[in-house]
Amino acid sequence: MARISLEHIRHAYSPRAKAAGDYALKEVHHEWEDGGAYALLGPSGCGKTTLLNIISGLLQPSDGRILFDGKDVTQLSTEERNIAQVFQFPVVYDTMTVFDNLAFPLRNRKVPEAEVEKRVNEILEMTDLAGMAKRRAQRLTADQKQKISLGRGLVRANVNAILFDEPLTVIDPHMKWVLRSQLKRLHRQSRFTMVYVTHDQTEALTFADKVVVMHDGQIVQIGTPAELFERPSHTFVGYFIGSPGMNFMPASVDGAMARVGDQTIALANAPALKGEGRIELGIRPEFIKLGRDGMPVTVNKVEDIGRQKIVRATFCGQPLSIVLAEDDDIPTDAKVSFDQHAIGIFSDSWRVENQSSGQGG
Amino acid sequence: MEKTWNNKAWFLVLPVLVLVAFSAVIPLMTVVNYSVQDTFGNNQFFWAGTDWFVEILTSPRFWDALWRNLVFSAVILAIEVPLGILIALNMPKHGPGVPVCLVLMALPLLIPWNVVGTIWQVFGRVDIGLLGYFLNSLGISYNYTQNTAHAWATVIVMDVWHWTSLVVLLCYAGLVSIPDAYYQAARIDGASRWSVFRHIQLPKMKRVLLIAVLLRFMDSFMIYTEPFVVTGGGPGNSTTFLSIDLVKMAIGQFDLGPAAAMSIIYFLIILLMSWVFYTVMTQSDAEQS
Repeated sequence: MARISLEHIRHAYSPRAKAAGDYALKEVHHEWEDGGAYALLGPSGCGKTTLLNIISGLLQPSDGRILFDGKDVTQLSTEERNIAQVFQFPVVYDTMTVFDNLAFPLRNRKVPEAEVEKRVNEILEMTDLAGMAKRRAQRLTADQKQKISLGRGLVRANVNAILFDEPLTVIDPHMKWVLRSQLKRLHRQSRFTMVYVTHDQTEALTFADKVVVMHDGQIVQIGTPAELFERPSHTFVGYFIGSPGMNFMPASVDGAMARVGDQTIALANAPALKGEGRIELGIRPEFIKLGRDGMPVTVNKVEDIGRQKIVRATFCGQPLSIVLAEDDDIPTDAKVSFDQHAIGIFSDSWRVENQSSGQGG
Repeated sequence: MEKTWNNKAWFLVLPVLVLVAFSAVIPLMTVVNYSVQDTFGNNQFFWAGTDWFVEILTSPRFWDALWRNLVFSAVILAIEVPLGILIALNMPKHGPGVPVCLVLMALPLLIPWNVVGTIWQVFGRVDIGLLGYFLNSLGISYNYTQNTAHAWATVIVMDVWHWTSLVVLLCYAGLVSIPDAYYQAARIDGASRWSVFRHIQLPKMKRVLLIAVLLRFMDSFMIYTEPFVVTGGGPGNSTTFLSIDLVKMAIGQFDLGPAAAMSIIYFLIILLMSWVFYTVMTQSDAEQS
C-alpha cells in the first residue's frame, strides 16, 4: 500500500513528439492518496490506459517521475513496483487449473505453499469459483475468465496498488453489479490503493471515493461524485457526467448579470472573469424549472424515461434539456427559470469561480 | 419417412468420380496390378501372387532404406522444430523488421527442390564449391561424395536450410495471434521467461506446431529430389532413402513387380503414420474439452 505521486508526467508514443498535440498524455501532476479508491473516467482514447500503464510500469513515461511513498520508481520494472493490474481483455492461462491460475502470481514470488492455499481459497470464495478450482481453465464463459483475471489481481497480499483497466466491460450487467460491490467491500477491508479505469460514469461514481475525469490527454477535474455533478470545472465534465448532460449556451457577463440571447439572468455572485474568453453559461437539466413564470421557451419533444421526463426545448435559439419528475405538468405556454445557485459560468470551457469565494478558477 | 431415390444425383457427381478415377483410382489399381504379376516386356504377364511382397519384406535392402529414412526424419524433426521455434520467438512482431524477416524466411521455400539440391551439390564440392573448398583449405577433410558421415551431414544441413522456414512461419503465425494483454499480465504476475513460453506461447503454438511436425514428417519421409541431386543416394547406399530406392528399382532395374509391391507397402506406411498423427492431434484436442 502506498501513496503514489505523479510528477509532471507526460507521454508520447512517438519519440519525436514536440507539440502538445503529439502527446497521448499531456502533463499530469497528481497525488493518489494511500488507500484511496479512484476512478479514472473518460471517453476512449483520452489517455486513461496510458496513465494506468505508466503507473504499473508497463510503459515508461516520456517525461516526469513517479514516486511510491516518496521513493522514485520511474526506472523500476513492474515486478519491482509490486503492482497488481487487471486488464480489459481477460487473461487466463489455459494450461493450468483455475486454482493454479490464481496461485500463479504468488508462486512466481515464492510465497510459501500454505499461504498460497489460504489466499487462493479466499479469492475462490469471493469470486464464486470455488466449485471449479480443480478444473482446467478451458472453455470458460467470459464472466468466469474475467473473474479469474480479477482474482489474480486481488490474490497478492502486499501490493502497492491494484489497477483495473475497464475490467467489467465483458461481464453481463447483473454480474457487473455484484463484482463491483465485492470490489468495493474488498477495498474497505484491505485499504489497498485502487485505481479503476472506466468510460462508464455509473461504474466510476459507484466505485470511487474520488473520480478523476480525463479528456484529451489531460486530467480536467478530480472530485467526489457530488462535486463533479454540482460544480463541474470544465464543460467536458458537464457533458460527460449526468444524463442528459449539462446545458451550455453562449453568454455575456456584466457583473452579477448574464445575458443569453435577449434574456438577462441574475447570478448569485459576480464571476471573477479575467481577460477575453469565450463565455458560456452552464446549467444542469435537473435545476431548471418549467412553469408559468420566467423566460419564454419552446418545447419540442418530451421523452418519458420512467420515473422522469426529459423535455427537449429551444431557449433563445439554443437547445435546452430539462429534467422533470414523472407527474410534473408541462403548461401549454411554458416558461423556464434557472436555479441561481446551480448556474456555472465557463470561460474557454473552464469554470470561472465567484469573486467573493476567492478561489482560483 | 420414405427416402426418395433420384438417379440424377449420380449424374451430378459423375465429373468428380471421373476425375478421382483417373487421378487416383486407376493409377493405384495399375500399381496393384503390377504388384501381383511378373512381366518380361511384350505386354506378357504372369501371375506372381504375393511373391513380390514377400521378396520386398524379406529383403535387407528395403529395411535398410526404411531405417535410414526413419533416422533421417527423426534427426531433421529434432533440429528443425526447436530451431524453428527459437527463430520464431526472436523475430520482431512490430516495425520495419517484420517484412524483411518474413521475406528472408520465405526465400528457401520459394526455391524449386532440384535447384536447392543443385545449390548444395555445387556448394559442397571440394574443387569449386565455396563450402567444400573452404573446409578443406582449413585442413578439415570434407568430401560428401566419399564419406558417409559427410554425405549425411550435407543432406541434413540442406534440409534444415530448406525447411526450417516452414516451421518458423507457422510458429510465428501462432505467436502474433497472442494479444499483448497476455504478455502484460504475465509481467504483472511476475512470470519468468520460461513460464511465459510454457504457459502462454507454447499453448498458442501447439496446433500449428502439430501441423508443422506432420508436414515435415511426411515430406522428409518421402524425400527424393534433393538427396538424389546431391549424393545420388551414395556413397554406396548410405543416403538411399525409400523414394530413391524405389526409383532405382523401378526405372534403374526395371523390376516393375517388386517396385509396385514396394510402392504399396510404402503407401501403407505413410497412411498408417498419417493416421497415428491424426489420432494424436485429435486426442490432444479432445483433452481440452
